Amino acid sequence: MLKRPHYIALGLAALLTLLVLNLPARATARLKLAIGGLFVPLFGLASSTQQLPASASDLLISRRELLRQNESLRRENQQLKLQSARAVNVERENARLRQIVGWQQQKGWKMKLGSVILREPANWWRTVQIDLGQREGISNNLPVLTTDGFLVGRTASVSLTRCQVVLVGDPNCRVSARVENESRDTGVIGSAGPLESELVELGYLSRNALLKPGQEVVTSGLGGIFPKDIPIGKIVDSHQVEFGFQTLARVRLAANLNALEEVWVLLSN
Amino acid sequence: MNLAHLLFLLTAAFLAVFAQAAFPVGRMLLGAQIDLLPPLVVYTALSSTLSGVCLVSVWGGLLFDSLSANPLGTSLAPLLLTGVAIYINRELILKDQVFAQAVLGTCAGAAFALISLLILLHLGNRPALGWGTLWQIAVTATGGGVLTPITYRFFGWLHHHLAHGQVTQTSFRPDREIRRGRN
Repeated sequence: MLKRPHYIALGLAALLTLLVLNLPARATARLKLAIGGLFVPLFGLASSTQQLPASASDLLISRRELLRQNESLRRENQQLKLQSARAVNVERENARLRQIVGWQQQKGWKMKLGSVILREPANWWRTVQIDLGQREGISNNLPVLTTDGFLVGRTASVSLTRCQVVLVGDPNCRVSARVENESRDTGVIGSAGPLESELVELGYLSRNALLKPGQEVVTSGLGGIFPKDIPIGKIVDSHQVEFGFQTLARVRLAANLNALEEVWVLLSN
Repeated sequence: MNLAHLLFLLTAAFLAVFAQAAFPVGRMLLGAQIDLLPPLVVYTALSSTLSGVCLVSVWGGLLFDSLSANPLGTSLAPLLLTGVAIYINRELILKDQVFAQAVLGTCAGAAFALISLLILLHLGNRPALGWGTLWQIAVTATGGGVLTPITYRFFGWLHHHLAHGQVTQTSFRPDREIRRGRN
């Protein structure tokens, strides 16, 4: 049987549990960041361990292969420089025309590259932690993209040196999306299920939505967090729900969220 | 239980949470992450005092929630409940048997996942649930069953090499000494 000191220890632990669970959201967030800060010395270890297989494979690449890749990258770089110069001209022209017509200027974005340092330890959420924080100008609810420009999610719980990224498909990351078809149907991206990390559901679509497998899905720009036209994925299939009043589509994400290593965070100018 | 033993356990909880977040091998291979804290709490409940169980549960739960999207304190209660339930009944458990350790680990893994989910739902959160959740709970439970005997062996080895051995009773008894000599 339990003795008196046991009851005291148990009572203290139970009290602490209740206290922590009932703290105000702001205090909980601060406490969470403070406790998570204990892991900071180990973050370097995690990233270097994750890079170990890549560095090992780098050692095995022959000089000839490296030279071939170097040449190919040089050509790609030249092409990208040309495209970039053209894009700058188009952007200037666009800005001038907007001024003439009297349209509102589009908001510009700065980008910060961050590395994924930790992943969600619990099974029910889809989040990762990246090595960018308040020090780099990161705040809550900033869009996050892959290095290829596909949507990853949004920032949350930002500390001084790191922040959490809530991934697309997590119940806490809902994205207003548009299908690139004739009727430009819009809906909301939500979670598809706990095991299907590469699939999400596009709900709240009109029952007359003209959906076909393979159609592109991009952000609609509504909702205030994600700028429009960021690629999300492609339609897999669709069916009627809510007694035929709405259409629900499954979307295969363009970004491979299980293999994220580096991501761009968009900061508004 | 001495201080070194408690420090081993707290350090192990810290490293277990970090390993779970840094190396998501289970999620990549099986679609579900294997929880490392339930086996540790089972070992603590079988080898330590109730204060030790409380400390490991509170420390491990807070660390886990700090790296997760869980509200802070969600994992603390399941670990505490599991640990205390095993501690109260530990006199009835054949704790050195691998089968008993595996069964306890399986039950602890499943209980941890289920109670965490119930608390999340009670707090008004909407975790990603579906039929796949059953698979995730099964993986967590099986992982607990496999890892508990390993945890037991690991700490036995660590204790054997790093802690002082128990003083054994000498066979010498002065009252049974044969006195030689006169009278």
